Amino acid sequence: MSDLLSNKEESTKAVVDFLTKKAKNKTKFYIKDFYAIFPDDKPRAIKNVINAMVTDGILEFWSSGSTTMYGLKGAGKQHSSEGEE
Amino acid sequence: MAKHETPLLDQLESGPWPSFVSDLKHQAEIRAKNEEGVEFQIPQDSVEDLLGVLELSYKHGRTHWKHGGIVGVFGYGGGVIGRYCDQPKLFPGVEHFHTMRVAQPCGKYYKTDFLRQLTKLWDLRGSGVTNMHGSTGDIILLGTTTPQLEEIFYTLTHEMNQDLGGSGSNLRTPADCLGESRCEYACYDSNALCHFLTNEFQDELHRPAFPYKFKFKLDACPNGCVASIARADMSFIGTWRDGIKVDQDAVNKYVENDPAYPPNAGAHKDGNWGPFDIEKEVLSLCPTKCMKFENKTLKIDNANCTRCMHCINTMPRALKIGDDRGLSILVGAKAPILDGAQMGSLLAPFVEVNPENDYEAITEVIENVWDWWMEEGKNRERLGELIMRQGFQKLLEVTGIDPMPQHVAYPRTNPYIFWKEDEVEGGWERDVAEYRKHHLR
Repeated sequence: MSDLLSNKEESTKAVVDFLTKKAKNKTKFYIKDFYAIFPDDKPRAIKNVINAMVTDGILEFWSSGSTTMYGLKGAGKQHSSEGEE
Repeated sequence: MAKHETPLLDQLESGPWPSFVSDLKHQAEIRAKNEEGVEFQIPQDSVEDLLGVLELSYKHGRTHWKHGGIVGVFGYGGGVIGRYCDQPKLFPGVEHFHTMRVAQPCGKYYKTDFLRQLTKLWDLRGSGVTNMHGSTGDIILLGTTTPQLEEIFYTLTHEMNQDLGGSGSNLRTPADCLGESRCEYACYDSNALCHFLTNEFQDELHRPAFPYKFKFKLDACPNGCVASIARADMSFIGTWRDGIKVDQDAVNKYVENDPAYPPNAGAHKDGNWGPFDIEKEVLSLCPTKCMKFENKTLKIDNANCTRCMHCINTMPRALKIGDDRGLSILVGAKAPILDGAQMGSLLAPFVEVNPENDYEAITEVIENVWDWWMEEGKNRERLGELIMRQGFQKLLEVTGIDPMPQHVAYPRTNPYIFWKEDEVEGGWERDVAEYRKHHLR
């Protein structure tokens, strides 16, 4: 695992920066989009870190039923826009 | 009096088949009467509104459902599929109508008290509408609201020892046939392997890991009762390495039309097929013509047998599967999203099934395939599409499986063999001076 991915603070910052930078055009991302942030790491290690960020409440899943995407928690379309709390 | 007029749906009930419309109307009535005094946690008339929105969709010729969302239970990236109606004012009962997938038990064996518990939970916290089973194999619970999700998940996991199934870019709930629990043709214990894979790959089932969905399906014999060859990215189909076991006396009983030996175990006995004819019904239908019956003896050229199961199915008392059993792994089947429907391609012709070493031979193939697909697969690209894009040769390379004749479906159709330098004696380098000694420019 690279130093960047194994350092929780730095990897979180890198992911949040990446998503914030793109937030104007896009709020949901495929798992593969995160590979670019950690070019030296294996997909499985990246997946584990990204999923941990979901558990920590930094990111959230969006699922169409067939595909799952990730976004910053609270970004883009939310429950409230569907009339839910 | 129904809440919404549904003339188009009513027409669907007129056919000779059981109708989901009748089922939904029945459920709507049960909820309206509520004889059991259930404290419904989602709108009581949700099923009425479900019928209403469906009628409207038929009228308009377009759907009024919005697809997908951020709904889910804590820590899981699958198992819940967001569904929202785009006409909430007309149909408030289905404004939020999420689907939950619940992992089905191996072989779909249930106890009745489990089913009662499940339907009771779903009547309380959902619409009461289920789909047993969805094409994924899961128990599908149709229609609830976001606040109910965690409550349902808690009851399922803490009181019913029951997990959610897979959805999204995850491993989907593995599905299997009845296997050795009921079937004499089973070449391995599909229930045990299905249970093992479900537990072993929990993380992949619940936390999105892949470019797209990934399905395991397990058939304990080549009869393929769960049709894994057509439905799974990776199918595990039982097979044997030695010969079909033949009881010659029993074969002759079939040939003599002994009533205790009905062909196909009596499955088609009501038809007017005439007396059993081994030539017509077995030998000539063998796809590789590897059988002959001479002097009251059935001979099978087992090296040419493709395990089609036809002869065994037709004469089950005379022919039995071999004793050296295992499974074949096929990969890449899918429904027609890109490039049309695809059947699985044979990757590993024979893999041992050994619970003693945690099915090591099987999990090794799975993990190698996943590593490749996670790295190389494009977003929303199924394994079968990646194999088509990068080639079966590449798949063999990443799994460390040597090419073999069983990998060839149709010989002499593809003239291109891509050799690598290390596979060719002397590599790509050659001594030009030596060459010119024998070949003038």
